Amino acid sequence: MNVVITEVGDVSTIRLDGSIDGKTAPLVREQIAPTLEKASKVILDMTKVNYLSSAGLRLLLLVYREFAAKKGKLVLLNVSPEIQSVMSHTGFLSFFTLAGSDVEAMGAFA
Amino acid sequence: MESRIDYYPTHEHEGFKFRRGRTLPFGATMVPNGVNFSVFSSAATACTLVLFRKHEPEPMVEIEFPQEFRIGDVYSMIVFDLDYEELEYGFRFDGPWEPAWGHRFDKSKIVGDPYAKVIGGRDVWRAEPDWNDMYGHRSRLAFDDFDWEGDRPLETPSKDLVVYEMHVRGFTASPTSGVSAPGTFAGIREKIPYLKDLGINCIELLPIFEFDEWENSRRHPETGEWLLNYWGYSTLGFFAPKAGFAATGRFGMQVDELKTLIKDLHKAGIEVILDVVFNHTAEGDHRGPTISYRGIDNRTYYMLTPEGYYYNFSGCGNTLNCNHPVVRNMVLDCLRYWASEYHVDGFRFDLASILGRDQNGAPLANPPLLESLAYDPVLSKCKLIAEAWDAGGLYQVGSFPAYGRWAEWNGKYRDCIRKFIKGEMAQVGEMAQRIQGSPDLYYYRGPTASTNFITAHDGFTLWDLYSYNWKHNEANGENNNDGSNDNDSWNAGWEGESTDPETNALRRKLVKNAMCLLMLSRGIPMIVMGDEMGRTQNGNNNAYCHDNELAWLDWTMVDRNTELLQFIKGVIRFRREHPVLRGDRFFEHRDVVGSGRPDIRFHGTQAFWADYSAGSRCLAVELCGEHATPRDDAIYFAMNMHWDGLPFQLPYAGDGRSWKVAINTSMPSPHDIYEKSQAPRLENQGEIIVGPRSIMVLIADRL
Repeated sequence: MNVVITEVGDVSTIRLDGSIDGKTAPLVREQIAPTLEKASKVILDMTKVNYLSSAGLRLLLLVYREFAAKKGKLVLLNVSPEIQSVMSHTGFLSFFTLAGSDVEAMGAFA
Repeated sequence: MESRIDYYPTHEHEGFKFRRGRTLPFGATMVPNGVNFSVFSSAATACTLVLFRKHEPEPMVEIEFPQEFRIGDVYSMIVFDLDYEELEYGFRFDGPWEPAWGHRFDKSKIVGDPYAKVIGGRDVWRAEPDWNDMYGHRSRLAFDDFDWEGDRPLETPSKDLVVYEMHVRGFTASPTSGVSAPGTFAGIREKIPYLKDLGINCIELLPIFEFDEWENSRRHPETGEWLLNYWGYSTLGFFAPKAGFAATGRFGMQVDELKTLIKDLHKAGIEVILDVVFNHTAEGDHRGPTISYRGIDNRTYYMLTPEGYYYNFSGCGNTLNCNHPVVRNMVLDCLRYWASEYHVDGFRFDLASILGRDQNGAPLANPPLLESLAYDPVLSKCKLIAEAWDAGGLYQVGSFPAYGRWAEWNGKYRDCIRKFIKGEMAQVGEMAQRIQGSPDLYYYRGPTASTNFITAHDGFTLWDLYSYNWKHNEANGENNNDGSNDNDSWNAGWEGESTDPETNALRRKLVKNAMCLLMLSRGIPMIVMGDEMGRTQNGNNNAYCHDNELAWLDWTMVDRNTELLQFIKGVIRFRREHPVLRGDRFFEHRDVVGSGRPDIRFHGTQAFWADYSAGSRCLAVELCGEHATPRDDAIYFAMNMHWDGLPFQLPYAGDGRSWKVAINTSMPSPHDIYEKSQAPRLENQGEIIVGPRSIMVLIADRL
């Protein structure tokens, strides 16, 4: 699992690369915590996430909600169709804001 | 938690750190940084915990429970630093191999946890398993956090239920279903709009506890087609949902998928009842495999003969020892788990009479298990429905120990209605009871004790009931010897599929008659998946082994059988619009509210003169809407199961009121059923002609 964080204006983009499961989820959380601490608009770029396990989904939802609770806005970018269908079947999908492009993601903050 | 003074490893084995665990709850429980394992055996001499990395052929470690970890008969241990998601576990039990004394311990085998919340090994439906796996059905952990968003079981009053019995896979497995995940929980979720539109408000799922579809699998000797355990009445574990029924089973997410389905069904006002099989397990008799219970505590979990063989009251090889206090608690824990963790609304107990037998198989007057379930604080609002018979000859329809709580599948309703509709003699008297919710059987329990059904998964479909005189089970590969011979069916003049318009029109009418009677009767009506659109199984009345088009719902029938579907939607709506049909008390046959009429009156072809003689095939019923809560229209329905049309003299509709036609099964669509606002007023208020083998339903607006 690889995490790259960039900032453009007041929007932070976190690029995840690899699979998020029981092993990597805590590491991801640790690495993105500082960004979530200071930012209020965050794009979680999922383009290169190939697998999201049960624990991964739970981590994502937890992060999303903690962030929303302090009035932040988090958008998931480019979630693969396969992961989207898993998220849909397990009921997780409806909790998130998804975007299919950068433009759409920026639009979600407006 | 981490500041607790007892929260640290005390032991280590091959790099795995562990300590004494907590005895309760049983099973594997996530604790911070570890997993608590707890398992019971009354006769084992030692127990070893076996841990696997998911899908690995060999264990990663085996840890024997130190003797000081055992309290009473319970072995418990906390193992630290385990990856919950990647873990599979089981046990080896050491103990005597003395079948004559009921002991069948075998340390060479790894056995599953009776409390496993997820079971791996059959993750994808029909995926060929690894037959050489040393541990084929592997216990796993389940995340139990789920966002229910304010949902809880719906607690719909029983009197208002319309139940739809269905098979999870069969409902959407056919490509004609058009769903994104055919044959799964997610597939049902996509069809919620259909269920809502149909008008039902409860689905009853055939077994969804983990089972092995490959059990007793074989190829048909002639066609070569795979015959599987499709129905799933053979439980591997009582706490684990069937992974192969989940689109996400391959990722181990079946728990979330099923909960999401139930949450969304509840949002649509639809309850979920599970068909649960506590009468036996998948371990079979003494020749069967050792999967769990047999190798953990054979003598506790099963009813054994004095020689140590298995009593077979289930017809499936063994009988779960339900009234042993430990097994009883397991059943209770299991149902509480499904009610509280999955928000399940009720349970239908397969061969429930077994639950009323003692440890030697003798029927109990006051069975502790049934009593515990009836009075359980967690289950108090759950529907408890018994299939009130078993394969050992105990038939308890009307006499099942109910404690004021238990309802039953009313087999006598099914038999009587079938005979009446096909025009058999001497049914009218009993029909009068069945229509009223069977007070002859349930006088002290009320009509909601009666689940009324004419068809169920087991037996002919409703369309086949009127297309076949005899069962045609050749496709099961058992020379047509399996399945019931007592079907009370009638082929309407031609055995099997027909191209004759008149035969098909007659069949449609008979199906409409059946659905009408079901919706007009007091009690809880249950219909079977597909009967609303004329589903056929080609005369097969025991399709337990068919994972193919024979058993799957063909969704093209929605467009091909519009007439039937529209009628059945209409008659379900009619029931839901008329509270007078849905009382939870029996009729008193007198004027209770001062309306000037009794709550119910029976008529025949002559008003006030019901003919109960053996040659009669007619009966009419008049219900006083003033007796309903809220007040309702008056309803009169005439049932003519004679082969000729007959005139029925009508009772006076009342001052300022008149009879209107709501339903007439002898008319083709769209004149077979009317919405209330469209119902035509009868020209002749004194008499109607009810066509041959037909039912007419009239309403008179409330005062």
